[in-house]
Amino acid sequence: MKVYLVKRLLQIIPTLLGITLVTFMIIQLAPGNPAFLKLRMAGEGQVGETAISKQIIEQTRQLYGLDKPLPIQYLLWVKRVLTFDFGTSYKDHRKVIEKIAERLPVTLQLNIISMLLVYLIAIPCGVFSATHSGSASDRLLTLFFFLLYSLPGFWVAVLLIMFLGGGELWDVFPIYGVSSVGSESWPFPARLLDRLWHLVLPVFCLTYGSLAYLSRLTRASLLEVIREDYVRTARAKGLSERIVIFKHAFRNALLPIVTLLAFLLPAMFGGSVIIESIFSIPGMGQLAFEAVLSRDYPVIMAITTISALLTLAGLLLGDILYAALDPRIKLE
Amino acid sequence: MERKHHINWLPMDFDQRHQDTKSYWRTVWRHFLRKRMAVAGLWFTLFLFGVAILAPLLANDRPLLARHRGQWMWPVFSNVETLDSQSWKDLRKGLRFVLQTDIGAPGDFAIWPPVPYSPTEHHLLECWASPNATHWFGTDDSGRDVLSRMIHGARISLSVGFVAVGIALAIGISLGALAGYFGGWIDHVISRAIEILLTIPTFFLIIAIIAFLPPSIYNIMVVIGLTGWTGVARFVRAEFLKLRQLDFIKASRALGASDTRIILVHMLPNAMAPVLVSAVFGIAGAILTESSLSFLGFGVPPPTPSWGDILSQSRDYIEFAWWLTVFPGVAIFMSITAYNLVGEGLRDAMDPKLFR
Repeated sequence: MKVYLVKRLLQIIPTLLGITLVTFMIIQLAPGNPAFLKLRMAGEGQVGETAISKQIIEQTRQLYGLDKPLPIQYLLWVKRVLTFDFGTSYKDHRKVIEKIAERLPVTLQLNIISMLLVYLIAIPCGVFSATHSGSASDRLLTLFFFLLYSLPGFWVAVLLIMFLGGGELWDVFPIYGVSSVGSESWPFPARLLDRLWHLVLPVFCLTYGSLAYLSRLTRASLLEVIREDYVRTARAKGLSERIVIFKHAFRNALLPIVTLLAFLLPAMFGGSVIIESIFSIPGMGQLAFEAVLSRDYPVIMAITTISALLTLAGLLLGDILYAALDPRIKLE
Repeated sequence: MERKHHINWLPMDFDQRHQDTKSYWRTVWRHFLRKRMAVAGLWFTLFLFGVAILAPLLANDRPLLARHRGQWMWPVFSNVETLDSQSWKDLRKGLRFVLQTDIGAPGDFAIWPPVPYSPTEHHLLECWASPNATHWFGTDDSGRDVLSRMIHGARISLSVGFVAVGIALAIGISLGALAGYFGGWIDHVISRAIEILLTIPTFFLIIAIIAFLPPSIYNIMVVIGLTGWTGVARFVRAEFLKLRQLDFIKASRALGASDTRIILVHMLPNAMAPVLVSAVFGIAGAILTESSLSFLGFGVPPPTPSWGDILSQSRDYIEFAWWLTVFPGVAIFMSITAYNLVGEGLRDAMDPKLFR
């Protein structure tokens, strides 16, 4: 186990360098880069004409040292990433890292709530489907989750606004922001309720896709395990079905489900970009979207890098959990 | 001979019966046909293909065929803009399929497409028309026919889906094959590259790159392809790791076959099954990504019609223009579902347990 952990931690180093390399390549696309300017000129002939874009180009050039030779530029970038120094936003000249720290809690709230819901609902549904495999309710559930999985998130968001948020039909849920106007002075329980009420629609949009995916995965994984010999043995020695499923089968079926946690994180962040901008939620996703719209390069770079690092941490956590749960891993 | 050779060495538990009489892919196809939902999905994807290929014939502001003063004309294909100083649009009276005989001289006629509107022609007097006999799916905020835009939007969806997945396959197969075949440091480097791409939130990476590039459909295809190859690479790598242990690979190496020959002729055909499945799922994913990008305003530049673009308009007129939300949304949903159904049907049909 220790050897595995050390090996796994060492593997992070090249991945970290790779992440900085990819983000570095994105900087190379930024204006101020001669190759990019040439491309732009040939394509449109617009960039570099107005005073503002000249200013942006000058700022970008200075911030990322784009006039220095490439290897130096890269080393400077790595140094920035390691010290979490991402410069100041072009838009309001505030420190990028402060802006992100301000936005992160809302996004974390959204994603943690929806992650909890995903696991709390999907696993029982998947287990039910697998233990009732082939029955009418299993087939119905499977079809339902299949369709849910294929629904585009932004369309669901628009439909929900249309039907529940004051569009064509009812006006039940708020569709703007995370709290009502003037709620700062409310007592805490009222504020909490208000916050939850605002989160219902966005959390639903973030949840259902992963929920469908995880439920299908649980079903498939458990069905595979149920066919194993040791499950048959457990049944043969007269254990109750409950113990067979939960003590013998489910534990082994859990492995792929746990590691999925790490992969759901980046997917959810991508979803946050769309959902937060539709529901005007002041989180990382909306910040990312606004930054891209206003070409706020320092913010774009910081968000890409930080979310990659967070995901890397998630991946690592998943692998460690896997090793902790599966004794076979330790042997390697 | 060549084919049979592979089949004998498929890494799956093959039943002797199947080996003798039927090829692997024929068996897969037979299993696939048993899945009614998957077959329905396949039919729908073929239907979409038809719509995309025939789009200019299905929705156009010029007649398909016209006869004028004894001359045959194919206005859809030729650049004949006018007829006796009258433009085709003036002659059009919302007719479809039927012969229109009251144009020009006696004996002249025209046959119009089922949707006699082009995706880009706008009528400012007919904005936000709800679905009616003239505009079956209504019109948008500049009076463009939604159905016509959707028919032409199918082209964008499908071409983005196929080209992006083609790029992803090319990268994924080559890198996966290299990693799985050679192992060692090559495998390490490629595996790290895969891990790096997995950690960066793909969708945000795509918008970040798209925002830096000039707006064009080709950039979208390339960026989706460049960020979407990791799944394929992992499958191919895993298959190759399994295959290279098998005796027939050792045998061909002993016979002096080159690495290229072993990879291309002996291993790759045997690793195609999971690749095909993930390619089909990949098309669904690429269609979703393209429509999300267009929805957010990073997609194909206007006035190119795209399903996501119609949906992005719907946000502003959500109080009344339900047709702008419902029709393109259903189109995106149904095409994603269809590709997912085909992908799942294929995966199940290839499940080695079925061959037992």
